[in-house]
Amino acid sequence: MADTTNSPASAGRRFDEATQTETVGHEWDGIEELNTPLPRWWLWTFYACIVFALGYTVVYPAWPGIHSATQGVFGWTSRGQLASELDAQAATRAKAVAGLADLPIEQLPQHPELMRAAVAGGAAAFKVNCVQCHGSGAAGSKGYPNLNDDDWLWGGDLKTIETTLIHGVRQPGDDMTRQSMMPNFGTDGLLDAGQISAVASYVLSLSGKEKPSAMTQAGAKVFAENCAVCHGDTAKGNRELGAPNLTDAIWLDGGAKADLVAQITHPHHGVMPAWGTRLDPVTIKMLAAYVHSLGGGEEFQAPAVATGAAPAEAATQAVE
Amino acid sequence: MTSMTERHKKLEKNITLLGVCAFLAVIVGGIVEIAPLFWIDNTIEKVEGMRPYTPLEQAGRDIYVREGCYVCHSQMIRPFRDEVERYGHYSLAAESMYDHPFQWGSERTGPDLARVGNRYSDSWHVQHLTNPQSVVPESIMPKFGFLAQNDLQVHDIAANLTALRHVGVPYSDKDIELAAADLKAQADPDADAGDFLKRYPEAQIRDFDGDPKRLTEMDALVAYLQMLGTLVDVNGAAAQEELASEHGR
Repeated sequence: MADTTNSPASAGRRFDEATQTETVGHEWDGIEELNTPLPRWWLWTFYACIVFALGYTVVYPAWPGIHSATQGVFGWTSRGQLASELDAQAATRAKAVAGLADLPIEQLPQHPELMRAAVAGGAAAFKVNCVQCHGSGAAGSKGYPNLNDDDWLWGGDLKTIETTLIHGVRQPGDDMTRQSMMPNFGTDGLLDAGQISAVASYVLSLSGKEKPSAMTQAGAKVFAENCAVCHGDTAKGNRELGAPNLTDAIWLDGGAKADLVAQITHPHHGVMPAWGTRLDPVTIKMLAAYVHSLGGGEEFQAPAVATGAAPAEAATQAVE
Repeated sequence: MTSMTERHKKLEKNITLLGVCAFLAVIVGGIVEIAPLFWIDNTIEKVEGMRPYTPLEQAGRDIYVREGCYVCHSQMIRPFRDEVERYGHYSLAAESMYDHPFQWGSERTGPDLARVGNRYSDSWHVQHLTNPQSVVPESIMPKFGFLAQNDLQVHDIAANLTALRHVGVPYSDKDIELAAADLKAQADPDADAGDFLKRYPEAQIRDFDGDPKRLTEMDALVAYLQMLGTLVDVNGAAAQEELASEHGR
């Protein structure tokens, strides 16, 4: 490697013979290092980045001072950007929101376009606020009602759903909240274990899950004395009290005998927030429309929701 | 130019000198980026309503840290439309002013919990912690049902609060003196809580885990979750006005 010292350059600079590239001047046991210059494109990109960064700190908030940082000539803030994005989004919905704000929910079915917007908006709001309990497909789970079926605890027309949404279920501090309390038949000693077992068998026999027997006959008597007052003589339920229909195949808290015994012994009382204090009226209308659209929505004139239909008609007349 | 290169060679060949100079260079970067946060005004917004955690909430917070909830759950709502629409108003720095250690997190596998307080019922939380898939079938969260079996055992809650006071959380002497009693009183609606609510405004007193006979780790964790994000009225007019006047971030 001695001949590398005879490179064509001036004294002190050494060039590699094969590539004619300058070396850095180090030598370790005859091994030398090329001082290959950085590619020009890379170097210029690097300088451009520095210039860009300097400009960036002028345009956007950057340099700290005594009391605050420089604000940047654009006056950009992350919160301002968020506000403008939210405003832009609100503007796209403004027409539907304004339409829904003035429209009593009873008249919503007569405005298909608003109805479509309400259902779409309700689907979005449902994903934010409701799915945690009712499930992302609104199918509910044990203790949380399925909203896809036509079995309603408190009523399934638009107005009734809206009322339930606004006032919630068993929410303290709301006078109009959906309120009912099934007694603790077991833990408060109203019925003994044998009676509870019998009445559970009777209730199961109503939907054909158990065959009639002496047990169910005894249970029928217990039912008539203790349960019929809320669930009705035919066990079809009572929506004014949120008492479920016990003759169908839909079970809120489980349909096995052990579930029924547990529910009669020490009932689970479901709750739902009073959304009227958390969401704006338009969002609640949208949610009601969405839930109504899921498959089980009822008409106003359905006889079972007479209490919901009366104020609905009054409101309609008032508007007209 | 040559002399500069020559001098730089000295630096390259002396490991100690190189180490010291590299350290100084990093320090400059650190000072420019971090130090101003201690004096510029908009680091921490002034908000009303913040108070230190109650002993029970603090015990729940310790369980939250112990179980590594922060590995999947963040507690910081960023000012992005998708987060604000899902979780509520973006988080303010002042809302974690009494957090030691803070739980902002960085991994967002689960939902953000900064404003989860009062969103769900206690029984929902108990059911969800016991078996998350029973209420959210698509959830990948592990089961934490054992929390309801474990009695809440805090070796010395007063010492915990004292340690927090040393790092700047304004617990009063009385808070520390009554810490053990407060811990129990918050989970017992029948107990005489004394001036607990005066010292800890907006604290929620009730049995959280559905088992009034016992004070469990579930009580503490649910008490903590139910207060997250409930102290500051971020949507109030005063807070909004203050935020609107802010610039430079």
